[in-house]
Amino acid sequence: MRVALVIAAVCAVALPLVVTSDFWLGFCITVMLSTLMGAAWNVLGGYGGQVSFGHAAYFGAGAYTAALLGMKLGVNAWVALVLAGAAAGLVGLLTGYLSFRYGLRGSYFALVTLAFAEVLRILAGTVDWSGGGVGLYLPLRAGAANLQFASKAGYYYVALALGAGAVLVGWAIQRSRLGAWLVAIRENEDAARALGVDTFACKLKAITISAALTGFGGAFYADYYLYIDPGIAFGPGVSVEILLAPIIGGLGTVWGPFVGALALQGAGELGRRLLGDAPGLSLVFYGVLLVVMVKFRPDGLIGMFGRFARQRPAHA
Amino acid sequence: MLEVRDITRRFGGLLAVSGASLSVASGEIVALIGPNGAGKTTLFAMISGFVAPDSGTVRFAERDITGMPPHEICRLGLARTFQIAQPFGRLSVRENIAVGAHLRIADRQDALRRAEAVACQLGMERLLDQPAAALTVAGRKRLEVARALATGPRLLLLDEVMAGLNPTELAEIVPVLRAIRDAGVTILLIEHVMQAVVSLAERVYVLNQGRMIAEGPPAQIASTSAVVEAYLGQGAAQRLGGRAVAGAMS
Amino acid sequence: MLEPSILLPAAINGLTMGAVYALIALGLTLIYGVLHIINFAHGSLLMVALYGVFFLYKLLGVDPYAAMLVLVPAGFVAGYALQRSVIGAIKPGRDQNVLLITLGVSIVLDNLAVYFFTGDTQTIDTRYSLEMVNLGVALVSLPRLIGLVAALVFTAALWLLIGSTDLGRAIRAVAKEPHGARLVGIDVDHIFAMSFGIGTACLGAAACLLLPMFYVSPHVGQVFVLIAFTVVVLGGMGSFTGALIGGLLIGVTESLGGLIFGESAGQLAIFLIFIAVLLFRPTGLFGNRLS
Repeated sequence: MRVALVIAAVCAVALPLVVTSDFWLGFCITVMLSTLMGAAWNVLGGYGGQVSFGHAAYFGAGAYTAALLGMKLGVNAWVALVLAGAAAGLVGLLTGYLSFRYGLRGSYFALVTLAFAEVLRILAGTVDWSGGGVGLYLPLRAGAANLQFASKAGYYYVALALGAGAVLVGWAIQRSRLGAWLVAIRENEDAARALGVDTFACKLKAITISAALTGFGGAFYADYYLYIDPGIAFGPGVSVEILLAPIIGGLGTVWGPFVGALALQGAGELGRRLLGDAPGLSLVFYGVLLVVMVKFRPDGLIGMFGRFARQRPAHA
Repeated sequence: MLEVRDITRRFGGLLAVSGASLSVASGEIVALIGPNGAGKTTLFAMISGFVAPDSGTVRFAERDITGMPPHEICRLGLARTFQIAQPFGRLSVRENIAVGAHLRIADRQDALRRAEAVACQLGMERLLDQPAAALTVAGRKRLEVARALATGPRLLLLDEVMAGLNPTELAEIVPVLRAIRDAGVTILLIEHVMQAVVSLAERVYVLNQGRMIAEGPPAQIASTSAVVEAYLGQGAAQRLGGRAVAGAMS
Repeated sequence: MLEPSILLPAAINGLTMGAVYALIALGLTLIYGVLHIINFAHGSLLMVALYGVFFLYKLLGVDPYAAMLVLVPAGFVAGYALQRSVIGAIKPGRDQNVLLITLGVSIVLDNLAVYFFTGDTQTIDTRYSLEMVNLGVALVSLPRLIGLVAALVFTAALWLLIGSTDLGRAIRAVAKEPHGARLVGIDVDHIFAMSFGIGTACLGAAACLLLPMFYVSPHVGQVFVLIAFTVVVLGGMGSFTGALIGGLLIGVTESLGGLIFGESAGQLAIFLIFIAVLLFRPTGLFGNRLS
């Protein structure tokens, strides 16, 4: 297993040397971004069992924080990236505090997260200072110091680092006491409380970590695409795309988000080749995939493949 | 070690527990019995922090724990099991017990090792890697005890651990519980299975319709008319006479 | 700015829109009350129904109100089939799964609509779309007034159905205790599907009432789904009275809020109410029974 990891790491780092096409590098960047946010969602939804339909709130918080810090206060893009994660984490802490303090679970929790994201979307659309409905165009400031690279390779490495980092966080959680407690909460929250688990504190930690990581994704998105608006940042489409990867890949597993991201983006690309670039079709495909996976393979792709299936959710 | 004083709880119009008091000294095995719906589980819920009493106090090891949240009470050394077993279904038996062990142990591997030790204490070695959802009723009940035991409690509240067990399983678990007490854990148990109560408990409390109606050693309780009537109805004590009663109640 | 002559029409407008919200929410609350699932596909199904009404009008010249005769049964059949084949009978385990499945269905429906109809909004103009009715205190548009009356009628009809018929009794039994219902011989899966179907039939009716006073586009579902949830949660999951009153309340709040504070404020108010109710009174105004 160690050997396989090392080989994979070498391949990942050496990738831009082999893959020079802008298109495929862009594909890899998208996969890494999807992995980052999927792994983030997985912390709360996969290990913790709290399904959030509103992760766009944290994505958007990160995106807008990074963009505004850079545009209005001239903060360096890298510093802004870190601060964006912190800001998103704070939003997560706040929304989590409210939701968990009042005991929201299951569908009610999903609903309230959706509502929080929508509230932020509407606010972002009305506040002119942050671009209002028109959105923000990030200024072109070429140079690695500004997190803007001449070639896609630069972006790829940043995305790779973020994605790998998020997977690492998932791995660390899985082998930690927090992870064991989160999984216990997921399986049976009352039983967990009876065993001394401070479920409120655990869930708060999970949502804060999840939100912060997602915020990094939002910041990267802003620096990569150089344009955000309320719909792009806080829209329900974002929330859905974030949760698709870990669900398809395998909830509560370390590699699930990556496998899911790869499968999702790969299948999306395949769909585009076969069916053309018609609007909406790729999302139709994602929707069908979601229904099929949840109905027939709720343990995700990782659960389907025997060898890796041994790595059941929260296995030491 | 445990002192419950005058505890009361209402649910809407229903007075579930009314002015009940009990105490458990360190090292004892005490039983709480009573007909169905008497309020026993509600009493447990109040002691362990899942439900706050409307009035009255609960003191554990010299501390007032009335109304404290369940996880804090567990940290102080009071652990409970549930009447309907609540396993972490998709986790293995080992991982289930480890969750309890993690209360005092931060390291994952150490917690898993302690889980193994506790499982052995309860005779569950062969089940360690099975998913909890696959266990029989007896297995789940034992898992409940194991998980609670792994938290390193000083007092264990067992809610109908014997319900649904066949005579063989019963005969197996009684010495296990006694061994747990001998290893230093005080036990307060809710039970319907009278032979277990009689063979394990040193003292028995009887709860009926939310009120504590009797207290004493098992033999004495069995012949108290108030207790007989709680189970069998008014006038039953007279009709039955003393000796037949213990048999009728089991 | 806040004179009665401006406030009153806005309030009445809010009531009439609220009536449609109520009708949409009725279906959702029934589905929740019986199946205990939050149907995330509700808005998308409404969108499909709206397109149904639209094309019946454009292609066959069918009046939207008359179209109810088609849409209500069609909505019922579609819902029954959907529940029976796609949503129902999940492997036991997480109940987040049902949530995700209904989410998936909504994604599929929304984007199929984008593919087939592109992103354009469409409206219809019937000869009475612009007719106004003089209520003495204010002028109300005719379609909206019809909507209000129809919503009341439907609520009453549903109430009668659930309260007085055999089917209604079976539905209530399943809502309260599915295992027990199965034991007395009720085909629980069939009842689940029937309930879902009735819920979507409500959408068929709502679409017929809505189109003359609103528009249709592939994204219209998303507009209504959160509002429907807010109404259901505010009124109380599983309560018809709650859905009706909640719908009217939300409609008025949105209208007055939008008038006084600006358009997005109205929407914002809805979501803030939603969050507040979820946090502080999740059982809503009228609690948890199927009534």
